[in-house]
Amino acid sequence: MDNTLSNTALTEPHGPRPKRLISTRNIVLYGFLIVAALYWLLPLYVMIITSLKGLPEIRMGNVFSPPVEITFAPWAKAWDSACTGLYCEGLKVGFWNSVKILIPSTIISITIASVNGYALSFWRFKGSEIFFTILLFGAFIPYQVMLYPLVIILRELHLFSSLGGVVLIHTIFGMPILTLLFRNYFASVPEELFKAARVDGAGFWRIFLQIMLPMSLPIFVVAIILQVTGIWNDFLFGIIYAGTHNFPMTVQLNNIVNSTQGVKEYNVNMAATLLTGLLPLIVYFISGKLFVRGIAAGAVKG
Amino acid sequence: MSNNLTNQQAPASEATGRQRRHPLLRNLSAKIAAIPMVLVTLVGFVGCSVWSIVYSFTSSKSLPRETFVGLKQYDRLFDSSRWQASVENVAIYGVCSLVFSLGVGFLLAVAMDQKIRFENTFRTIFLYPFALSFIVTGLVWQWLLNGDFGIAQVIRDIGFTNFEFNILSDREYSIYAIVIAGLWQGTGFVMALMLAGLRGIDQDIWKAARVDGIPAWRTYLFIVIPMMKPVFITTLVIIASGIVKVFDLVVALTDGGPGVSSELPAKYVYDWMFGRGNLGQALAASTVMLSTVLIILIPWAYLEYSQKKDATHG
Amino acid sequence: MTSVAISDLSLSFGPVEVLKSLNLEVEEGEFVVLLGPSGCGKSTLLNCIAGLLDVTAGQIFIDGKNVTWEEPKDRGIGMVFQSYALYPQMSVEKNLSFGLRVAGLPKNEIIERVSRAAEILQIEPLLKRKPGALSGGQRQRVAIGRALVRDVNVFLFDEPLSNLDAKLRTDLRVELKRLHQRLGNTMIYVTHDQIEALTLADRIAIMKDGLIQQFDSPSNIYNNPHNRFVAGFIGSPGMNFLQGALVSEAGQWFFNAEGLRVPLSDYRFVHPPQEGQAVEFGLRPEHIVVGDASTTQPVTMQVDTELVEPMGADTVLWTNVAGHALTIRTDSESNVKTGDNINIGFNTARVSIFSENGERV
Repeated sequence: MDNTLSNTALTEPHGPRPKRLISTRNIVLYGFLIVAALYWLLPLYVMIITSLKGLPEIRMGNVFSPPVEITFAPWAKAWDSACTGLYCEGLKVGFWNSVKILIPSTIISITIASVNGYALSFWRFKGSEIFFTILLFGAFIPYQVMLYPLVIILRELHLFSSLGGVVLIHTIFGMPILTLLFRNYFASVPEELFKAARVDGAGFWRIFLQIMLPMSLPIFVVAIILQVTGIWNDFLFGIIYAGTHNFPMTVQLNNIVNSTQGVKEYNVNMAATLLTGLLPLIVYFISGKLFVRGIAAGAVKG
Repeated sequence: MSNNLTNQQAPASEATGRQRRHPLLRNLSAKIAAIPMVLVTLVGFVGCSVWSIVYSFTSSKSLPRETFVGLKQYDRLFDSSRWQASVENVAIYGVCSLVFSLGVGFLLAVAMDQKIRFENTFRTIFLYPFALSFIVTGLVWQWLLNGDFGIAQVIRDIGFTNFEFNILSDREYSIYAIVIAGLWQGTGFVMALMLAGLRGIDQDIWKAARVDGIPAWRTYLFIVIPMMKPVFITTLVIIASGIVKVFDLVVALTDGGPGVSSELPAKYVYDWMFGRGNLGQALAASTVMLSTVLIILIPWAYLEYSQKKDATHG
Repeated sequence: MTSVAISDLSLSFGPVEVLKSLNLEVEEGEFVVLLGPSGCGKSTLLNCIAGLLDVTAGQIFIDGKNVTWEEPKDRGIGMVFQSYALYPQMSVEKNLSFGLRVAGLPKNEIIERVSRAAEILQIEPLLKRKPGALSGGQRQRVAIGRALVRDVNVFLFDEPLSNLDAKLRTDLRVELKRLHQRLGNTMIYVTHDQIEALTLADRIAIMKDGLIQQFDSPSNIYNNPHNRFVAGFIGSPGMNFLQGALVSEAGQWFFNAEGLRVPLSDYRFVHPPQEGQAVEFGLRPEHIVVGDASTTQPVTMQVDTELVEPMGADTVLWTNVAGHALTIRTDSESNVKTGDNINIGFNTARVSIFSENGERV
C-alpha cells in the first residue's frame, strides 16, 4: 500500500480478502475427488478399450493403452456367436430372455407393491402393520434360506424352470423394498386429500386410480428404475428358477467368460460384459437423481 | 340439553340407518388388495424360513426327507474346512468392506458437500458401478487383476520387470480381490447415503460453528458425525445385510478359488443345495446365515422402534 | 328442529380416550363452532360426524337419521379441510364435480350445480385452472365449493382458515358468515382461533380433554364462563386470576387476598358462597378502567405499572397490586409510563369467581 492510499487504508477491512479459486484447500479437495474419479472410471475405460482391441494386441500391449487398430469384431462375436459351454449363439439369447423376464416382472411387482403401499398408508386394518414389519424383515433375510422351499412351491404350481416362475420370484423379493417405497410416498400425501375423496363418495379403488395414481408418477418412475436395474442384474434367481432355456443375460455372460475352454478371448469377454451392463448404465445415466432416490429408498426410515 | 336429547332420540331411533359392519368386512377392499402381501409374508418369508430351519435337522440328500438326525448336519458343517474358510472369508470381506466403504464413502461425501463444481459429474462417476450387475463387476476386475495381462503387466512395462501381482491365483489373497471389486461397486452407494445425511443436517449448525470459530474438521468430527448416527447405523445395517448375501461376485470373479480360498457362505449353501445334492447340509448352513442376520437385525430394529416411540412421546 | 345430534359419543385409540361420552345438539341452520386447544378432540369429533373415523360407542344423528355407521357420502354432509385437500391433477371444475360424477348424477345437473357454486363463490374465471395455479384464498373457495355442490344440509369445516395469512383470513371469515346467511345451512366449524369462534358462531362449544366444557352463545361464553378453563381460554390477553378467599361481614361478601379486599356487592352468585371458601377471582383486562374515569367505578384501587406494551389500537399494562400481577387493557390514548402509580376501577358485576374445583361460584 503506497502513500496515496494511506487515507483509505483505515477503512479497508482488517485482514486479507479470502482467496477464491486456487487455494491449498481447493487443491487438496479437487485432487482427492479427481484421483477418486479416475479410480472409479478406470475399469469402465479398460472394458471399453479392451473390447475394441484384437487378441494379439491385448497379449503384447498394456491394458491401459488405447487400441492401435479399432475392431468391432469382438462385439459382433459376443452378441452373435460366443460360446456358453454348450451352444455358440452369443449373448443375444440371454438378452431376449432378460427382456422377457424383465417386462412382466417389473409390471407385476410394481402393480402389487403400489396397491400395497397405498393400502398400508390409508386403509390400515388390524394386523396390517404386523404384515408390513414381517415384509421389511423379509428384505434382510438371506435368500439362501428361502431358495429351496420356493423351488418346491414353484414345482407344485408347475412354474419351476419357467419364465412365469422367475417372474413370480422377482415379484416376491421385490415386494419389501417397493412396498416401503410406495408406503413412504403415500404417507407424504396429506391425509385430508384422502378424506375429501371419501366424503365425495370414492372408494378404495377409485381413490387409488383417480386420485393417487395421477399424482404419484415420479415415484412410479423411481420404482421402475429400481426394478429394471435390479431384475436385469439378477443372477441367482435366474440361474435357479428360470431354467436353461430362459437363462438371463447375466447367467449367459458368466458362462461365456468363465466356462470357455482353451484360448481366453479377453476382448470378446469385455464386449460381452459391456453389453450386459449397457441397459442398467443407460437407465442410470438417463435417470440421474431419480436413481439415487430409488437406491436410497431402502435407507429412508419407514 | 339432556331433556332435548331424549326427545330427539325417540323419533330418530325409528329411522335407524345401516348397522355396524362385521369387523372382518370393514375395509374389505383393502384386505383383498393385501392378499398378495399376506401370502408373501406368511408363505414366502415366514413359511419358507421355518421349512428350511426344520429340514436343516434332517438327513435330506438331493430331495427333502423327514429323517431327523438332530444337530448332525451342524456338527458336520462346523467341522467342514470349506465352511470354516467361508466364514473366515466373509469376516475378512465384511470387516474390510465396512471399514473402507464407510470411511471412503464418508470422505467422498464430505468432499462432495463442499459446494464443489461438477458435483453431478462426480456423483455420476462414483455411483455408476452400483447400477451394474455383480457379474459384470466381477468379470471386469477379473480382467484388471489378471496376472499376465492386467495391471501387473502395466507395472512391469514401467520398468519393474520382476513385478508379480496375481492375487487371483494366490490362496492367501484371493479374497482381497473380492474386497477390491466389492468396494468399487458399493462405495458410491455409501457416499450417496452419507451425502443425503449431510444435506439433511440443519444448515444453522454450520453457521453457529462458524460464528463460534470452530474449524470445519472439528465441526465434522464432534458435531456432524454424532448427529449422523442414525444414517451411519442404517448404512451399516444395509452394508452388513449385503455382505451376508454376496454370491454373484465370487461366482464371477474367482468361483471360490483357487481351491476353497475365496469361498463364501452363500456360495456354500448354493453348491450343496444344487450342485452336490446335500440339502440337509445346505439348509444347516443357511440357518446359520439366518441366525447371524437376526443377531445384527433384532437389536437394530429394537433400537429404531424404541427411538420412534420416544419421539412420539416426547 | 335438530339438525345434528350426538349422544354419548366415545372414541378411543387403544388405551387413549379421545372423546368421552360426549353429547351435542345442533339446531337446523345454526352455526356452531367447536373451539379448544390442540389435542382437545375437536377435530376428532368433526371426523366422527363426517364418518371418517369409526366411533367406539354412542350414536350420531343427522337430520333425524341415525348415521352412526353410514358411509361419509351417505350422511348428507359436505366438508372443508385445513389444507384445502384439492385433487392436484384435476382442474377446479373437475374438483367440484368429482363427487357428483362418483354419485353418477346426470351431466346437465352436474353442470348446473357446479356453475351455481362457482357463481356463489365467484370462482367462475378459475374453473379451467389446476389447484397449483391458485392462491391460498382461491383454493379455499374451491374447497368450499366442493362442499357446496353436494347440495347438503350440513357443512363441516376443519380449521379452514388456519393456512391463510392474517389479512385473507379476515376477508374469508366475513365471506363465510355471508355464505351462511345466504344458504342457511347448518355449519359445524372447528377452530383454535377464538376470534373466528366469537365472530362466526351462533353458539360455541368449548372443548377440553374430549369433553365439552360449555356450549353457549359467544356473549355468554365471554361474560359468564362456567368454569375456570373457559374463562382462561377466551380473551386476549387472558383473564387475570387472583387467589384468595370469600369472607362475609355484616351481610356483605368480600373477596379477600393478601393486601386486597374487594366488596362483591354487584356479583351474582350462582351457588351460595361459604365463609372462608378458597376461590379464584377472575377479572378481564379490558374490564378495568384506568385514570380519571375509574372514580365512577364501584371498586377502585391503585396499582404500580411495571411494563407498557403499546399494541396499536390499544395498550396493555402489566401492573402489580399488593404483590398480585394484574394485566390491564386500555386505549392507546392513555399516557401511562413504566413505573407510574395509577388509579384503576372496575365493576364486580363483570367479574367471575371460581371455586377450587374450577366451577363458577
